[in-house]
Amino acid sequence: MLAAGFLRSPYARARIRSIDLDAARRARGIVLALSGSDLADIRPLPDMGSRLTKRWLDRVRPRTQFPRQRLLAEELTHWVGEPVAVVVGGDRYLVEDALDAIAVDYEPLEPVVDLRRAAHPDAPKVHPELEDNVIFDFEVALGDAAGAFATAERTLRRRIRSGRNAAVPLECRVTAAVPNVRTGELTVYSGTQTPHTLRRTTAECLGMPESAIRVIVPDVGGGFGGKNSVYPEEVLVAYLARRLGRPVKWVEDRRENLLSMTQGRDQDIEAEAAFDGDGRVLAVRVNQWLDCGAYEPQGPVVTYQTFTHLLGPYRIRHLQFHGRSVATNKAPQAPYRGAGRPEAVLVMESLMDGVASELSLDPAEVRQRNLIGPQALPYNVGIPFRDGNDVVYDSGNYPELLNRVLDTAGYHSLRSQQAERRKLGGKLLGIGLACYVEATGTGPFEGAAISIDPSGEVTLATGGCSQGQGHEISLAQVVAELWMIEPERVRIVLGDTAHIAYGAGTYASRTLQLVSAAAVEASANLREKLRLLAAGLLEATADDIDVDLQNRRLAVKGDPSRAVSLAQVARAAAPGWGSTGAGDGAGLQATAYFAPSTQAWASAAHLALVEVDPAHATVIVKRFLVCHDAGRVINPLLAEGQIVGGVATGLGGALLEEVVYDEAGQLLTGTLMDYLIPAATDVPNVELDHIETLNPNHPLGVKGLGEGGTVGAPAAIARAIADALQPLGVDVDTLPVTPERLFRLLQGEAQPSHSAK
Amino acid sequence: MKPAPFDYVAASSIEEAIDSLHQHGDAAKVLAGGQSLVPLMNLRLVRPGVLVDVNPIESLSFIEEDSGRLRIGALTRAHDIEQSSVAQHACPLLSEASRWIGHRAIRHRGTIGGSLAHNDPAAEYPLMAALLGARLVMRSAGGVRTLAAADFAVDYLTTALRPDELLTQIDLAVVPPGTGWSFREMARRHGDFALAEVGVTIVNRNGVIGDVKVAVGGAGPVARRLSTAEQALKGEAFRPDTVEAASHAAAAECQAESDLHASAEYRQHLVRTLVAEALREAWSRA
Amino acid sequence: MPEPSRAPLFGLVTMELQVNGRPAEGRVEPRKLLLDFLRDDLRLTGTHAGCEHGVCGACTVILDGRTVRSCLTFALQVAGHDVWTVEGMAQGDELSPLQNAFHQQHGLQCGYCTPGMLMSALELLHERSNPNELEIRQAISGNLCRCTGYQNIVKSIRAVADAYQAGAIERAMGDIWPKPERRSSHG
Repeated sequence: MLAAGFLRSPYARARIRSIDLDAARRARGIVLALSGSDLADIRPLPDMGSRLTKRWLDRVRPRTQFPRQRLLAEELTHWVGEPVAVVVGGDRYLVEDALDAIAVDYEPLEPVVDLRRAAHPDAPKVHPELEDNVIFDFEVALGDAAGAFATAERTLRRRIRSGRNAAVPLECRVTAAVPNVRTGELTVYSGTQTPHTLRRTTAECLGMPESAIRVIVPDVGGGFGGKNSVYPEEVLVAYLARRLGRPVKWVEDRRENLLSMTQGRDQDIEAEAAFDGDGRVLAVRVNQWLDCGAYEPQGPVVTYQTFTHLLGPYRIRHLQFHGRSVATNKAPQAPYRGAGRPEAVLVMESLMDGVASELSLDPAEVRQRNLIGPQALPYNVGIPFRDGNDVVYDSGNYPELLNRVLDTAGYHSLRSQQAERRKLGGKLLGIGLACYVEATGTGPFEGAAISIDPSGEVTLATGGCSQGQGHEISLAQVVAELWMIEPERVRIVLGDTAHIAYGAGTYASRTLQLVSAAAVEASANLREKLRLLAAGLLEATADDIDVDLQNRRLAVKGDPSRAVSLAQVARAAAPGWGSTGAGDGAGLQATAYFAPSTQAWASAAHLALVEVDPAHATVIVKRFLVCHDAGRVINPLLAEGQIVGGVATGLGGALLEEVVYDEAGQLLTGTLMDYLIPAATDVPNVELDHIETLNPNHPLGVKGLGEGGTVGAPAAIARAIADALQPLGVDVDTLPVTPERLFRLLQGEAQPSHSAK
Repeated sequence: MKPAPFDYVAASSIEEAIDSLHQHGDAAKVLAGGQSLVPLMNLRLVRPGVLVDVNPIESLSFIEEDSGRLRIGALTRAHDIEQSSVAQHACPLLSEASRWIGHRAIRHRGTIGGSLAHNDPAAEYPLMAALLGARLVMRSAGGVRTLAAADFAVDYLTTALRPDELLTQIDLAVVPPGTGWSFREMARRHGDFALAEVGVTIVNRNGVIGDVKVAVGGAGPVARRLSTAEQALKGEAFRPDTVEAASHAAAAECQAESDLHASAEYRQHLVRTLVAEALREAWSRA
Repeated sequence: MPEPSRAPLFGLVTMELQVNGRPAEGRVEPRKLLLDFLRDDLRLTGTHAGCEHGVCGACTVILDGRTVRSCLTFALQVAGHDVWTVEGMAQGDELSPLQNAFHQQHGLQCGYCTPGMLMSALELLHERSNPNELEIRQAISGNLCRCTGYQNIVKSIRAVADAYQAGAIERAMGDIWPKPERRSSHG
């Protein structure tokens, strides 16, 4: 198998005057070297505009501009790490030697790196073909915020900054393409979260029918959103394999990964709250800027998602929100675990604490006064979700979640301890809360293709896949229960486009939720088919038939002597002389695609207890509690694993992780010694509790939960640090709270927007 | 991230290593633990034409105590220094500092000679060398040379070691019984490079500070002794205000710099804090 | 721009070593990382590449009884030496107690960090039969995991330690660690 490698731009913004591939082409073991001008026979990546729903566009009427991402940079580079050329050779070692030999003549240009300056109409343009760098701009009003602010007893404002994060799955991106030279078909193995979309995009770019491409997702070492976009590298590997008629594999290394996997967060949000003397928040006004880097491969999802999640589980009837995605010369942004929700929660929880502080009320009390009570659900928030439908919280019990964490934590005792410690001096205790709701199970759909083998084994195939969530197990449980057989008799096929025609993928906390619903529907259909077939064989009616898959027989209810074997039914289902099976209805299989009418709203309350050491300007998270609600939990062990893992990631975003670029757009956090993710000595044991309010729009009551831990943890920890520092009269408004930033807070200084430099 | 090609010599003796270095000059680099060198090679930031692997040279790995000095072979692994009962007895400070080096797997390969030759000011051994008055022995085809740590550690990632020289041995002062010692470090995560680190040895002469050494790493371009801090201490009674004066002097002298992880001001603050803590802890052991 | 390669065209060196208790051999360039030699030449793909600069620990193997980063070791360096990888832990289809514990306690999600994590855990339990939580977390602090938040990994290791304490299982895998006669020069 040949190895591919990419030459990446060393400049954030530069004109490419020339690329000389001669030496690379002649290097040992190299079979091919291409630059952007050699790709005339590939179509560019599809326009992101096609992904937005009309209903949403009509309601929100955003201003949108979609820069077209090149497979390889041509006249202009857009960020340090953008692919500029590709080389294919015998192995990675040789390929890297050849990459060294490529001579590119760059004319460096002034890069656009500062988010707020990039948003100015007269800023230099990241994409010369666009009007400006604001590639997404929208305003939504709920109620009458201006009026509410005018008459409010009190107001406060905050400016919150959430630093840029990198997904850092332990396994980097990998794609291998194997061409069948005889048939012209292509099999693509990729660590993608979205196999069917990869297939469709590859087909479009290469000018091939989709049916000639098979995408198979093998074991994937983590995704977290970073593998949800279709990348130029993936499409190019397929193209190279086809062009060479030989298998080609690209294994991303960590340097490339930190440079060019899509990144997340990076928001600058100004927020104001209008509230009354009892601490009830009446109105919120927000001005949001999100730094989306050079592109948004999945469109303005993250920016808008911050908006839809801002009001959270609180009863706030007036909102004015102006949000923007701003292009800069940094790595592209796409959803990364939490996808805009953590930032929303950070803002709202900061406002809540601000209200508590202004009124000298307890922060938990303020939240309780603002939480939507269970009787008010389903609760129409009054704003449009990104599918164009209203945001409606379907079910939940937000006060219960908060009460439980407060109770388990011994909240009042903690407050006493905090007070004692304040008198003694030394290390400071802080308690932080985050209450949030979380849209899960986004459409448009996911499928389940269920088939039964005469041996009694049941197979479920879906376009969803796994990067560690254990969907193989939880889906097997669902199927086993639907068919009343042992889970060992269930086979789950994930992420293989040959096994199911349509798929969307694993992201946005959707897979178990949507696939299980599709499985319910497909199973019902298949069960009905089995009954009809058996009824035909037994000369009974379908309603009279019992399906006993465990024992591989179907019998008339109440008369077990009148029965047929599964094998007999299978034969009857197959086309043949005198059989009933025909056309699409043949075989013991049924496929259903579940298209949810709307999101399912999961929720949780987080409580963080931190200890701040003023002498060293360091923070330890001593305790972390979660009470979550994801509807019916199929596998508690897997669910807990997701939440604990998510909390760890959130802790990283709160204390350790920040992608830093300098003024020239050079990445300063280019290794794992500089981009710090939590290690075992950084994360406490998470104390878990949960309630289940069933999803009313789901046959099993399931909601999603893969991102939840990450959604609340940054806010809970940030607010805990702020709480610890309350006597100093400073607030936390920038994440991550690195020791440097904490040092500045302890000195009473305002926080710089990036770290020391 | 694969290294550029190189020729490889597995030296089985010091003579063989020196010969190779002499033969290949600037093109050659010594491969000891590899924990600092190989990442740079994988990133292709460093591309030696010849790698002289000294790992097979068993005679380069030893720890002995002799006449008040601890003699350590350059190839001795950090883990072995940490675990060595000789080191723990003669120089517990060194064993303690060793525990802070990276993680277990790093300590299994990383050597004291490699760390000193690399001279990262945020590493632990350069600080120990400065604090304990290390003498470094280097051999080449031209003979043997010994340098004091302060002369060896020239600048950030730069030493006086010549391309054809092999560091063979380090000898440092033992910490005699009755001498108090302390090592304090502040890093972002367990095992990370130090944002600031401090080493102290101190002698208690009836409540008065006798011989005292204070060294700092992680703050400036090289780890070094802080003479103004030491002067503020020697001969003084051990009191809170003495400690405070010394720690302030240390912070002022340490040449702290700003980088991605910390500003100069924060580093100075850390130095001040860690020096005070180290002095108190060392005094309690004296 | 750097000079073109000076290495000889066919600079392959034959080497022999012990891997998982059995003889193995290969022909490698000097620059071939042990990590790649194990994966590509010996087809032992359990050892994983996570960063190639010695930070993440996914590449951890045991060399002469000590955990090392195989991404920072050249294959030639281990000629004549003993290497153990995760493939050496199970006996055929029978998982080792540590692997079983990870399975039962949900100590892995994507599994990418797991082989390296197991190597570090094996070493810890070889040295300490009853490590406390802090000792466990410090022993695995050089193995980064992005999925689990470490809680269940700690539980898994604790579960094995508990089983040792209860005499339920033996301290196995003695072949990995060399006999104590060595290493006398350090006292």
